[in-house]
Amino acid sequence: MDAPETFHGEETVAATSETLQFVMVGHVDHGKSTLVGRLLHETGFIPDTKVQHVKQVCEDQGKGFEFAFLLDGLEEERDQGITIDVAQMFFRTKKRNYVVIDAPGHKEFLKNMISGASNADVAFLLIDAEEGIQEQTQRHAYLLALLGIKQIAVVMNKMDLVGYSEEVFNRTRDVYSKYLASINVKPYSFIPISAYHGDNVVRRSDKMPWYTGGSILETLDNFQSNDDRSKLPLRLPVQDVYKFDKRRIIAGRVESGSVSPGDELLFLPSGKSTKVKSIEKWSAESPANVGPGVSTGLQMEEQIFVERGEIACRRDSAPHVADRFAANLFWMGQKHLQKGGKYLLKLATQEVECVVESIAKVINSSTLEEISKNAHEVAKNEVAEIVIAVKKPIAFDTFDRIPETGRFVIVQDHDVRGGGIILKAVENFGGAI
Amino acid sequence: MDHLDKLENQSVFILREAYKKFKKLAMLWSIGKDSNVLLWLARKAFYGYCPIPLVHIDTSYKIPEMIEFRDRYAKEWGLNLIVGQNKQALAEGMNHTLGRVTCCTALKTNGLHQIMEQYDFKGLILGIRRDEESTRAKERYFSPRDKNFEWDFKDQPPELWDQFKTNFDENTHIRIHPLLHWTEVNVWEYIKREKIPVVSLYFSKNGKRYRSLGCAPCTNAIDSKAANVDDIIAELKATKTSERAGRAQDQEDTYAMQRLRTKGYM
Repeated sequence: MDAPETFHGEETVAATSETLQFVMVGHVDHGKSTLVGRLLHETGFIPDTKVQHVKQVCEDQGKGFEFAFLLDGLEEERDQGITIDVAQMFFRTKKRNYVVIDAPGHKEFLKNMISGASNADVAFLLIDAEEGIQEQTQRHAYLLALLGIKQIAVVMNKMDLVGYSEEVFNRTRDVYSKYLASINVKPYSFIPISAYHGDNVVRRSDKMPWYTGGSILETLDNFQSNDDRSKLPLRLPVQDVYKFDKRRIIAGRVESGSVSPGDELLFLPSGKSTKVKSIEKWSAESPANVGPGVSTGLQMEEQIFVERGEIACRRDSAPHVADRFAANLFWMGQKHLQKGGKYLLKLATQEVECVVESIAKVINSSTLEEISKNAHEVAKNEVAEIVIAVKKPIAFDTFDRIPETGRFVIVQDHDVRGGGIILKAVENFGGAI
Repeated sequence: MDHLDKLENQSVFILREAYKKFKKLAMLWSIGKDSNVLLWLARKAFYGYCPIPLVHIDTSYKIPEMIEFRDRYAKEWGLNLIVGQNKQALAEGMNHTLGRVTCCTALKTNGLHQIMEQYDFKGLILGIRRDEESTRAKERYFSPRDKNFEWDFKDQPPELWDQFKTNFDENTHIRIHPLLHWTEVNVWEYIKREKIPVVSLYFSKNGKRYRSLGCAPCTNAIDSKAANVDDIIAELKATKTSERAGRAQDQEDTYAMQRLRTKGYM
């Protein structure tokens, strides 16, 4: 098949408008990379040279044009027709800029899928209309929910293989809706498409007159941009303290809320406090205040000693300070997570040794079956409810209150092996670590 | 916060993580537009200072304007510049006619390897971007290289919620990519907004300009009338050719860049 003509491409927004990041997830071979390739090509964001190059590779392999090869650039990926690692690509519409994150669907590469999905604002979850719901179709939805991604559209791909049948579409939609409801996910919409033929990808297809909803591109433009974190309580984790000249600058990124000169800040867990003297900036005017996402630097009125890891906040809306919390954790390590095992925990800029104190239950992250209660270990790709004790008290929030300071990773043998979201602080009954 | 502010803030966050976590840290300065933006971002992150030494790998085949630019700004901005060169390979006559991939590996990858060993650098900051080519599209912000300098693209560590790989084994090092999420157009829009100096080779003279800079024998100028930054932005928004189309080593064979990068190329 020849690569089709491109759609718009000239009428685009200025690069200074908003950006939305979306991830493509779902079971292996359900067509994620093909859909992304098709989308980028039809919106005119694949260079001609690259299309020519992929054409040649496909001819050499004796295949028709593979849209997936526009993304799957590694030799091993093309030989085996599988995505190994996340690719991120860029395009624009009249409305905004997009970063598309193409995640691998194979179980073996789940850690790569999570790496990609953790950066996304919204998600498309693909199901092969012919093959139906598979293991990763369910697991990926569960993990998206765990990662806090709220806007998820379900895409029924390969509709051409089922004769564009409304009945097949409805049947799978009904079954999958029940699964999503069981994990408290309310899908944004269900979209029948054929990525290979381009039906309902950029333009609406005339092959499915029974479908009245939008195409993939229209759905994208309708998603809301991310929650505004500026109304939440201030959280400014200290990244470093600089003394390059006579100024002593506390550097960090505002994760939520905002801060202005004159504000009284409390640093936790140390409990020190002082007022902001100035917001520092190089080669630009000092702003009157800084909000979420800004990597900033503050000079304080008093020269208090604070270090990386502390969280600056306001006294009346402070985070928890505790040495125990309950969390939902997903495990990506080859070695099982052990009850009683010691690990390094990273939360915002805090790093502390921790112990897995208890594992209340372990569940299969695809079928949601409870594997065990009061377990001793958590295997790769499983999800567990655990209690973690840290060596010294740290500052944190529950994930539902402030996501950025309510999530953490577990490091073992130098690599991130698990991620978790905090459910609640746990009272210390005097147990030792 | 607009799009460029978002990109800038994320890059500053990454630079600050790198500076905090790596005592032996260097930044690669190729003199191209991306590494100039990177250097600018470092000065933003560290309030006008660049506390990280800059490494320039001089293959001896660079276009002369690039070396002039390097020496001028190193002096003007008071930079700590380390120039590396694989003198042995050059003495033995290494050049692109012996094979472009062979030459890039010897003069760039191995030249870099020598400097990393000599100074015992454990972290290396580079200005690569995901939209440049498909293996870079799969990179992490903090990307480990083993003791042989090799990249295991089939088994990359997870990277989530801006928790980066900052712990590593002896004899390995981490590549840090603060511009990974920028596009070519973003880079030029930022150069315009911040008025960042770039080498004049990027601007059209007699109907030709360089879109990507490298060694003279392997880098071709493109046909272009873009004589200033605004022209370049307009040209890039309309173009249908890839940025590195003028870089001969990429086109050597289908997976040339994968092979080069697996072995430790930038």
